[in-house]
Amino acid sequence: MNVAADTGSPSGSSRLTAALRSEYLVLFLCAGLFGGLAPFTPGLASTDNFLGLFGNLAPLLLVALGQTLVLIVGGIDLSVTSIIALTSVVGALVMNRDTGWLAGSGAAAPVAIGVMLVLGGLIGAGNGLAVTKLRMPAFMVTLTALMFFSGLAIWLTQSKNIGNLPTAFTELGSRPALALPLAALIAGLVHLLLERSLYGRWLRACGFNARTAHVSGVPVEAVVIATYVASGVLAAAASVLYTGRLETGSPVLGQRILLDVIGATVLGGTSLFGGKGRVSWTFFGVLFLSLLDNALNLLGLSHFTIMMVKGGVILLAALLDTARTRWFNA
Amino acid sequence: MSPLLQFESVGKAFLGVDVLKAVSFGVAPGRIVGLVGENGAGKSTLMNLLGGNLRPDTGSMQFQGAPYAPRDSRDARRAGIGFVHQELNLFTNLDLAENLFLSDFPTRGGLIRRRELHRRASALLQRVGLGLPTTTVVSRLSTGERQLLEVARALSFDARLLILDEPTTSLSVPERERLFALVRQLRAEGRSLIYISHTLGDVLDLADELVVLRDGAVVGQGPACQFSSDRLVALMVGRELKQLFPQRQRPRLPNSAECLAAPAGLPLLEVRGLGQPGVVQDISFTLHRGEVLGVSGLMGAGRTELARILFGLDPHAAGTMTLAGPPLTGPPRERIRRGLALLTESRRDDGLCLEASVADNLALVTVGRHARSPLGLLRFAGLRAALGKVRAAVRLQPRLTDEQAVQTLSGGNQQKVVLAKWLLAEPQVLLLDEPTRGIDVGAKFEIYQLIHQLADRGAGVVVISSELEELTGLCDRILVMNRGRITGEFSRDNFDSARILQAALPT
Repeated sequence: MNVAADTGSPSGSSRLTAALRSEYLVLFLCAGLFGGLAPFTPGLASTDNFLGLFGNLAPLLLVALGQTLVLIVGGIDLSVTSIIALTSVVGALVMNRDTGWLAGSGAAAPVAIGVMLVLGGLIGAGNGLAVTKLRMPAFMVTLTALMFFSGLAIWLTQSKNIGNLPTAFTELGSRPALALPLAALIAGLVHLLLERSLYGRWLRACGFNARTAHVSGVPVEAVVIATYVASGVLAAAASVLYTGRLETGSPVLGQRILLDVIGATVLGGTSLFGGKGRVSWTFFGVLFLSLLDNALNLLGLSHFTIMMVKGGVILLAALLDTARTRWFNA
Repeated sequence: MSPLLQFESVGKAFLGVDVLKAVSFGVAPGRIVGLVGENGAGKSTLMNLLGGNLRPDTGSMQFQGAPYAPRDSRDARRAGIGFVHQELNLFTNLDLAENLFLSDFPTRGGLIRRRELHRRASALLQRVGLGLPTTTVVSRLSTGERQLLEVARALSFDARLLILDEPTTSLSVPERERLFALVRQLRAEGRSLIYISHTLGDVLDLADELVVLRDGAVVGQGPACQFSSDRLVALMVGRELKQLFPQRQRPRLPNSAECLAAPAGLPLLEVRGLGQPGVVQDISFTLHRGEVLGVSGLMGAGRTELARILFGLDPHAAGTMTLAGPPLTGPPRERIRRGLALLTESRRDDGLCLEASVADNLALVTVGRHARSPLGLLRFAGLRAALGKVRAAVRLQPRLTDEQAVQTLSGGNQQKVVLAKWLLAEPQVLLLDEPTRGIDVGAKFEIYQLIHQLADRGAGVVVISSELEELTGLCDRILVMNRGRITGEFSRDNFDSARILQAALPT
């Protein structure tokens, strides 16, 4: 393959080639999707819609970033939605103004957030320990965690929502001016860890080849456990935003987003086989799915139709990715 | 008598390296041909040609008077050639009858005729003297019984030629006797056998004719009565020196006359009574500063396993190790900190992250030195400088970029990357397991030079190699391992390839 010739002549086909090979491919697809649908979709390009879109996108991005880390290390975390639900109700139990353990206290909101994040981290640690120390497959560990903690969230609340949360807390999730910079800050931090820190190097090495990493003195088990902890904490952080936006602790919060989380991450280009993945890729994947969801909603399609279209689009994107890997060995 | 099987100047090369050079010999009906040669002499490749796993580049094969060019193992089977493999090819979850007829179950209308299956299976088992119910699950069989089952499988399609590849390695004495009796019985039935083994006594005992391979060529051939064990060994090792070794100022070992100043010659790694049941027994040796210590032995002698135990990858039940005084314990991470390095046998499996970049692979061991608190962010300037220096030290070609995935590199350059990643850690003791496997002559020479440089700077180097010539050319001292034990020690002034090989061969 002659790369120099490809970039040398800016003909139509070479631009297409360059776009297909680019790591920004999914971002280009987003632009195409937006450009293609905007004329037919009333309100897609409005400011309000954008705020809503990004308000939705922020928590999804946080969960997907955790998933990205876990996929890079060669695992998978199916338990994230149960972490969102459980931390949502536990946080609400701590801080609600009726029966909360800290009802009325000024410290209710910060303590609740702390409890949520720690709980997410603990569940992640449990996943990580089972995967490393017991050598269980990540799929089984996190699937059973998903079932158990989803059930626990419903049992704790007897299937009821818990409302009347402190304003200091709900503002965080419902005001885009707070939620968006916060999500961006966390994404920036994850990016820094992944691209410029020792942990990022070790994470990729473990994902590419855990045996080589072990022989080379990388503390493989610690890296894997830390990664599941990070995924749990990020899911809990997403739960803070979701719960705040909903102004309710809900035991079924996030139930439907598991496939969006994994779909968006893989769509962005993170490999299911470990080693490959970036914060920017996952952002593009999340943006694409959120945009698609948003546009189809505005077009007035039913939930089921949206599911079918999303499934088809993720499949097409996966096909495109396989094809370009084969064509370009990218 | 026209031969059953004839190789006619068969040649085969991998990546430009000749592994078989115009090999010609025949196997007559009702004869046992013993095939011997060192590791890498070309025996396996020859059998892979016969089994249809590989195709010859030049020459041809004839079987039962007709040209024979199998495309896969089914062709070999159809022609009537059966293999009893070194690594047994059985399905341990299935029973004896199912294993025997896996590729052609007796069926009627697509359904298996179970009674017919077990009737035929039991007849076959009787022929090889395996008196077990045909419904026994293979996982419950001993290795010897599995060996017999493999022979029965070959008889299930009435094989005219059976290949037995190192069949006795894990057999008890009675099991071995039973197998030999069966082999003789098969010969009496007019079948032919190719018997491959390092146990020269067995080969001389069983075979009617012998073929000796060395470096891919037949170097000896004739009736078994013309050979003795000594003559076989001499033929197996008697190669001309084709690999050049760099010159080196020989080291100053305490037992040599020119014992010079410290630190060279001081004990560095001391191993005493190291043992792990079924793996290694009673291993004791001392590696000195500035010494290159070779470890020779056949496949399965426990050399790689020893290196893995020394590096903390596998457990040991007995014995101690010390490095420059204090005991050597803990996981690899701990031992790397103490100055140990391990270049593993297989670059792909645990030497490299193939899909990762050259730079990431080079930095893997030592990247932690360039991290600063609290987030562990890396100082890239220092890291880049270190990588640049080590790239120059191992002479990695400048045209290979740091960002390139390491899987796009040649074997020699990949091995340089593995070596370089360890050099960055400035190790005191390097354990090198097959450091030149699968790499070209030029890269080999450069790796030999690097090994010498390391030793000259006072490091101790352990080189495990299946190439005896490499060890005699490179090392100051050679230990020989045989079935998990050290069975010989040779210092440079009395290197003798034949005696070293003799110590490595099973008796």
